[in-house]
Amino acid sequence: MVINKDVIIVGGGPAGLATAARLKELGIHDILILEREKLAGGILRQCIHDGFGLTRFKEALSGPEYAARFIDQVNKMGIDYLTDTTVLEIDSTKHVIAVTKNELLEYQAKAIIMTTGCRERTRGAISIPGTRPAGIYTAGVAQAYVNLKNIMIGKKVVILGSGDIGLIMARRMTLEGAQVLAVLEILPYASGLPRNIEQCLNDYDIPLLLSHTVTNIKGKERLKRITVNKVDENLKPIPGTEIEYDCDTLILSVGLIPENELSLLAGVELDSRTRGPIVDENYQTNIKGIFVAGNALHVHDLVDFVSIEAENLAEAALTYIQKGSIPECSVLVETDESVGYTVPQKISCEKDITLSMRVKKPLKNCALQIIQGDDVIKTKKMRKALPAEMIQIGLKKEELRSSENIKVVVRHD
Amino acid sequence: MIREFICVLCPNGCEISVELDENNSILELEGATCQRGGEYVQQELFAPQRNIATSIKVIRGNMPLVSVRLTDAIPKERIFDVMDEIKKVKLEAPVNLGQVIIKDVLGLNRDVIATKQVLRK
Repeated sequence: MVINKDVIIVGGGPAGLATAARLKELGIHDILILEREKLAGGILRQCIHDGFGLTRFKEALSGPEYAARFIDQVNKMGIDYLTDTTVLEIDSTKHVIAVTKNELLEYQAKAIIMTTGCRERTRGAISIPGTRPAGIYTAGVAQAYVNLKNIMIGKKVVILGSGDIGLIMARRMTLEGAQVLAVLEILPYASGLPRNIEQCLNDYDIPLLLSHTVTNIKGKERLKRITVNKVDENLKPIPGTEIEYDCDTLILSVGLIPENELSLLAGVELDSRTRGPIVDENYQTNIKGIFVAGNALHVHDLVDFVSIEAENLAEAALTYIQKGSIPECSVLVETDESVGYTVPQKISCEKDITLSMRVKKPLKNCALQIIQGDDVIKTKKMRKALPAEMIQIGLKKEELRSSENIKVVVRHD
Repeated sequence: MIREFICVLCPNGCEISVELDENNSILELEGATCQRGGEYVQQELFAPQRNIATSIKVIRGNMPLVSVRLTDAIPKERIFDVMDEIKKVKLEAPVNLGQVIIKDVLGLNRDVIATKQVLRK
């Protein structure tokens, strides 16, 4: 039996919950959230550290508390969600197939909202040589073991990659009594937020070795030792710079990839820079009626921005559900070589928008400029711009003067 | 003397540069984008404070752990003392979000509170 729904939301994390609540407020009642885990809340369930919600709620909450505010709202509003339910397939006609332990479910939705989050890059993705012993975890998996399952993963730990989850896990493992020997970063700058370097590494005297990477892994059953080398400017290991660490655990925090396997099945086109879908200002993909927000669209630094993005999507989704289409956006947003990407990639110039972006390398005393035709329509001066931090620039409808393409460029002294 | 700080109070992570005299009094401060930056540096100089989050074992619950945090920051040098106190505790479900698990831990005027709900199995 095919069940009809106005909107199906795939993923009950912060983005899915925020979208659902906003859609309900706007008057859409026939909503269903499908969540594959036992509980709603997404990755926030395991992010037990504080610092969430400073922008939105003006207080420092832990991840579970931040999630609980949205789960409570969704419950109060009477929005339906199914947990332990995995979506297997979606297509361009908005037909959805999901599975639970007991049954196969089939839905026909008017609109689908993809809030599937992201996944971690693994050892395979970065091709570390050596044996394949136990004791090598991605940071998020390590976090799930320690914070959700009550399983301590090791005693002597090295962390490869300076992403935020790796930094958070350096502190977490230290608090649990493990010895974190070092955090290694192949790039000459950290990829996590400066405040996390400070409060997760410096507070506990954990060294951060920039321009270093793991070049060998030893151990048969369990990890015994790793070799680390300094790298040159082309990120190639420099012979003769070997450092050996005796450790039983290696945590990898080497990047996140938006999760879009389902979207690809429906024919959604991805941006090779964000690895999330190409969207317009309504967060609609190239497949009409399939929308995306949160880490599935582009990896965010702060959940507060995930919530806002997901809420902003709701109005266009409402129009689509009611009218069956929304206006096309034909103005492209381009970037120069210093800007890694922008989201959205297409706009209409007919309404106010917020552009999200990241710089490719750390910059000091620079200005981001938005150019349309020959005119600079907006300038944002920045003391520092880091790849770790998402930058947002708001543009008012009045500032978008023509239908020419837009370009985001960096100016610096 | 010039010293550099990275404020950890919010995600802005302001790089604050301060000029100090021989008594660590701030002569000049640059780089903070809000008032709390100055307060943070003052605290870092004389009595650094941090909040901590960890988890506590729960029996008969729908999950084996409940996450906890302190109601506010504590002196940095007391972090491991507080961790030891928290490690002594074992809970039985149900546990409610916001429930006080340890009142006024080690006399630091801070409570350990649960940050998620654990239902009875």
